[in-house]
Amino acid sequence: MKRVMALTLFLAMIISTAGCSIKTGLEDEEKKFTVAMVTDTGGVNDQSFNSSAWEGMSKFAENTGSKARYIESSQASDYLVNIDRLADENCDLIWGIGFALSDVVQRAAKTNPELNYAIADYSFGDKTPENITGVFFRAEESAFVVGFIAGMTTKTDSVGFVGGIKGSVIDQFEYGYRAGVVYASKLRGKSINIRVQYAESFSDAAKGKAIASLMYSNGCDVVLHAAGGAGVGVIEAAKEAGKFAIGADLDQSYLAPNNVLTSAMKNVGKAVEIVSTKALSGEKTGGKDLSFGIKEDCVGIPDENPNVAPDVVQKAKELEEKIGSGEIKPPNNLESYNEFIKAINVKK
Amino acid sequence: MTRMLKILKKPVTCMLIAIFCGFVVSALILFATGYNPTQSLAIMFNAVFSRPKFITNVIIKSTPIILTGLSVAFAFRTGLFNIGAEGQYIAATIASTVVGISLDLHPILQIPIVILSGVLVGALWGAFIGFLKAKFGIHEVITSIMLNWTTLYLNNYVANSARFHKPESDGTYPINDSGLTMILYNWKFSEEGRSFLKNNQTLNDILLKTDLNIGFIVAIIAAIIVWVLLYKTSKGYELRTVGLNPHAAKYAGISVNRSIVFSMLIAGALSGLAGALYVTGSSSHNIHVLSMFENNGFNGLAVALIASSSPIGCIFAGLMFSGLIYAGQSLQFKTGAPSEIVNIMIGTIVFFVALTQIIPVIADKFTRRRSEHVK
Repeated sequence: MKRVMALTLFLAMIISTAGCSIKTGLEDEEKKFTVAMVTDTGGVNDQSFNSSAWEGMSKFAENTGSKARYIESSQASDYLVNIDRLADENCDLIWGIGFALSDVVQRAAKTNPELNYAIADYSFGDKTPENITGVFFRAEESAFVVGFIAGMTTKTDSVGFVGGIKGSVIDQFEYGYRAGVVYASKLRGKSINIRVQYAESFSDAAKGKAIASLMYSNGCDVVLHAAGGAGVGVIEAAKEAGKFAIGADLDQSYLAPNNVLTSAMKNVGKAVEIVSTKALSGEKTGGKDLSFGIKEDCVGIPDENPNVAPDVVQKAKELEEKIGSGEIKPPNNLESYNEFIKAINVKK
Repeated sequence: MTRMLKILKKPVTCMLIAIFCGFVVSALILFATGYNPTQSLAIMFNAVFSRPKFITNVIIKSTPIILTGLSVAFAFRTGLFNIGAEGQYIAATIASTVVGISLDLHPILQIPIVILSGVLVGALWGAFIGFLKAKFGIHEVITSIMLNWTTLYLNNYVANSARFHKPESDGTYPINDSGLTMILYNWKFSEEGRSFLKNNQTLNDILLKTDLNIGFIVAIIAAIIVWVLLYKTSKGYELRTVGLNPHAAKYAGISVNRSIVFSMLIAGALSGLAGALYVTGSSSHNIHVLSMFENNGFNGLAVALIASSSPIGCIFAGLMFSGLIYAGQSLQFKTGAPSEIVNIMIGTIVFFVALTQIIPVIADKFTRRRSEHVK
């Protein structure tokens, strides 16, 4: 009984302290334009999305004299708490990095209509709330370019694609890649076979490796992955088979310098920088999706591609320019792919 | 002086001294890494106490670790080291999510069924470990660490399975609304609720911006039940005897094997309760593909250690631990301190708490010296 009493008293004590606060010396600081981001459970040093986003945000802060802050989430249940915490801190733009945060960003935007939010790599489509900016990438553009490189490089006239889990983001990769390969095959005047298989996972490297190994032994000599961690297995398989793999999201050549042909990169940081700068200049970005592609320098291939023949690199760069100017519009799903194939017309 | 030494020897005093030392060393670490220690500690204090909403968040966050802490503490009192709390927790989140998605009954039926399914699976997970120990003598630490990983991959399998995976996400669908245990959940998002809350800033903060749920109350009740079971029943006496000396217990006619299975069953059920309450009470009410453990079970180990395996102590230890984690994230935001610094701080405090056994020894030495002096 004594303990129960003690417990109740303790809880009463805690609750009564609510509202007490100590002066920290931060209150008097001059108010600056503040952007802040919440990472997903990967943390800010994940060598991928989060670290790229933070890089872009730091750059933005440095260039404009604004303040940039981040909070790492260690559990999925932290997302809501962390996004809400930023709402208390008078942030001018609050970023959720990665689609895992889409639900909580939506909820926070609803309960804090006066604040501005942005979410990386997610689109709410037509239902984008007034104070959220959806930021997504035209990954099909870089996939198209690497597809072209694959088609130009293959000696066996057979290339492969290993996806993670089917969905609209991976569709961008698959159909952009397919179209790129077809484009190259028209240019070379011969047909190139494309094998597509899904690992049903973004983390199962063993499965990615098994699928890619089979593709290599069946004659493919270039395989693109869009499978996150499972894709690491694809690159491993390429290393073992002595064939080529194409990386995704980042320049993955460090994983196997002699076997990674090129990479279909997504530069989240650049997009974060662009949207934050827009918000700083007072431009209204909420209520719609902003898409980023080659034109904005947010997707593309690495600057250095030592494994690709120099003339192919040259042609790929020309292709990038054509995509940037809108002359070529790579497809991002089955429907637009079929249209693309029908309309394709390659000048030799 | 003697009186002071007596106070020093009390476990609560030891704990407070340890926590104080932990903060002092943390301040030194902050200073050494270039952050203003007094300012940082003030930020951490404000992060927890300056608004009712923050306290609410700390309470919500403490619920799972109080329960996993209880699980570890209970097993420890009965001579077992339940490092498998993490796996039992994950198993329960899987079960509750699967049941919560598959069934959609009236809340009066749905909530107990969803929670009980988690508790049951957690209990089975624990009992399996206990069975292996009782029947084949396999040490519970080995089996439970293995089972933790097995469960992690089972979790990923279910999260990716065609039946439950939500497209364009990294997890399953959320459970049906009828299984949610948030307080006033339907009301607070309704038109009526939101217009009412607009006029009451404090309630608005607590209800609308957090996932206030019944979990903490359940955790307190669970702590009391565990305490009663351990110290006020003959079964509890048996369990503790086995914990203190299994050979003596056997000699006294207690079935040691049955007691091992039973206590792992209860420990698993407690971890399972943590998982089930998490799924029903905290967004996003589903399971995700995990690349690493989320540490709800492992933090339970630290909680049980801070509480020196006292069931009631787990409540306070859990609150303190979640307060530290919560305040640490605020510190990261305000000062830009990397999460490593925050984790080092938490680690330091836990380390000092583990050292508390030294304090009574020192106090004893003082007493002895004094009595020698008197002679």
